[in-house]
Amino acid sequence: MPKDVAIIGVGQSHFVRGYPGSIRELAFDAYSEAMKDAGLGPDDVNASIICTAPEYDKQRSPSGLIAEYLGLNPQPTFAIETVCSASSTGLKVAYSMIKSGLHDIVVVLGFQKMSEITSADSQERMGRGADIMWESPFGTMMPAYYAMHARAHFNKYGSTPEDLALIRVKAAKYGTLNERAVYRKGVEFDQVMSSDIIASPLKMFDCCANADGSSCMVLASADKAKEISKKPVWVLGVGAASAAMTMTGRDALSGLSAAREAAKAAYEMAGVTPQDIDVAEVHDCFTIAELMAYENLGFAEPGKGNELIRNGETYIGGKIPVNVDGGLLSKGHPIGATGGSQIRTIVLQLRDEAGDIQVPGAEIGLVHNIGGVGIYGNVTILGR
Amino acid sequence: MGFEKFGQVSFTSQTRAAEFVDYLEKGEVRATKCNECGRVFFPPRADCSWCMSSNVEWLEIKGQGKIDSFTKVNYAPTGFEKDVPYILTLADFDGIKVFGRMNKEISEDNVKVGMAVKVAPLTLSEGKITYEFLPA
Repeated sequence: MPKDVAIIGVGQSHFVRGYPGSIRELAFDAYSEAMKDAGLGPDDVNASIICTAPEYDKQRSPSGLIAEYLGLNPQPTFAIETVCSASSTGLKVAYSMIKSGLHDIVVVLGFQKMSEITSADSQERMGRGADIMWESPFGTMMPAYYAMHARAHFNKYGSTPEDLALIRVKAAKYGTLNERAVYRKGVEFDQVMSSDIIASPLKMFDCCANADGSSCMVLASADKAKEISKKPVWVLGVGAASAAMTMTGRDALSGLSAAREAAKAAYEMAGVTPQDIDVAEVHDCFTIAELMAYENLGFAEPGKGNELIRNGETYIGGKIPVNVDGGLLSKGHPIGATGGSQIRTIVLQLRDEAGDIQVPGAEIGLVHNIGGVGIYGNVTILGR
Repeated sequence: MGFEKFGQVSFTSQTRAAEFVDYLEKGEVRATKCNECGRVFFPPRADCSWCMSSNVEWLEIKGQGKIDSFTKVNYAPTGFEKDVPYILTLADFDGIKVFGRMNKEISEDNVKVGMAVKVAPLTLSEGKITYEFLPA
């Protein structure tokens, strides 16, 4: 297993409905926590990568502003965008910069203040998240696309709305334990089943909530990590892939090919198999996305993902605990910050610092972070 | 110019594939075909990235397709509020996939995966035009 680059500090803001401050202050919340965790100051950092979906920002070129506010001038800084998976892509780029020998310590900062723009403006941007020439003119939106994946999965494999409801109930159970989550209430099975249909077959409780939030990771070379950190968490595998943005360009709707490809690359690089993973964070922007992730990551055979949730195997104590921090469904989904938040959860797990949600003895963890409706697939494997 | 006529809400007016709209106005839904390698594209492309060629011709999508998936949308993005609910559909015409809406008169209960459909132009208000699926 490669132990060339480590994560030596993680931080995350509270994910909230409307953050009462500016984007620079939001960025500071995660950054200060990660830097204290690493025991570093701004002068120790060689470069910063800012991860955001910039259509939500009023500030043009936010990386310049944020680097200034965080004391990261004159070091190089730039922005990364793969919509919802921006900070996983940021981690991959930071890994490459360190592995190449260019830099020793790189900060990856993800943020989104979704409440920066009005709800109507936000809905307008949602519509433009598809091919604006050929699909947006029909009135598309994220829930509708994932709903079409859900329908195809139901039809091919016999999975059901009840399976999806079980996934939401699990997310909500762990969401109650996460003080940084936007949605902290428990959710009963019947509540999910009787909630409003947004885009059939997906209901309100099948969808995650928008949120404002930030996340931060400090990455270091092996030498620096061993020198600075008592508990470095090693980046063992980074896999990324892309797939068609259009529905018409996809091979099948019953899974996400970019997730499968990214997983294959990450497992190969890390030299591990799905059976080796002790704890996972998957991109559950909708309940169906978690069900497909079980299969695309190899935790279950295609079509058998529903058996995992029916048998409680993705709870703590099960075969493969998934999203035991509440997932996007309960934490909320501040686009550019989401991947970093998932990675933080796994880092804390592997350091045995996850508190109420600790998976005992976790040694290898996995993060699955998807941009758009399966456009950008990112799988990161971490080990202690 | 010309492409701003396509769809309930238009997001872009300029494309080298704008002839698509002229064919819709003549009653035809057309794909493009690369004259070098024979690949067929829907949505239509002006260029073939496999042959590095812009030598394409227009080909009508005829006959029956089968529904791959669909969803009834109850909450719409900005600009589509008056349209809801509507049924977004993906259909497969012998390997050519087409994305669009189901005809407004068809209720969700009567739509099934695998169901046979045809695709036809649909004239909208204010000089706009699109296409829709109908049971075949």
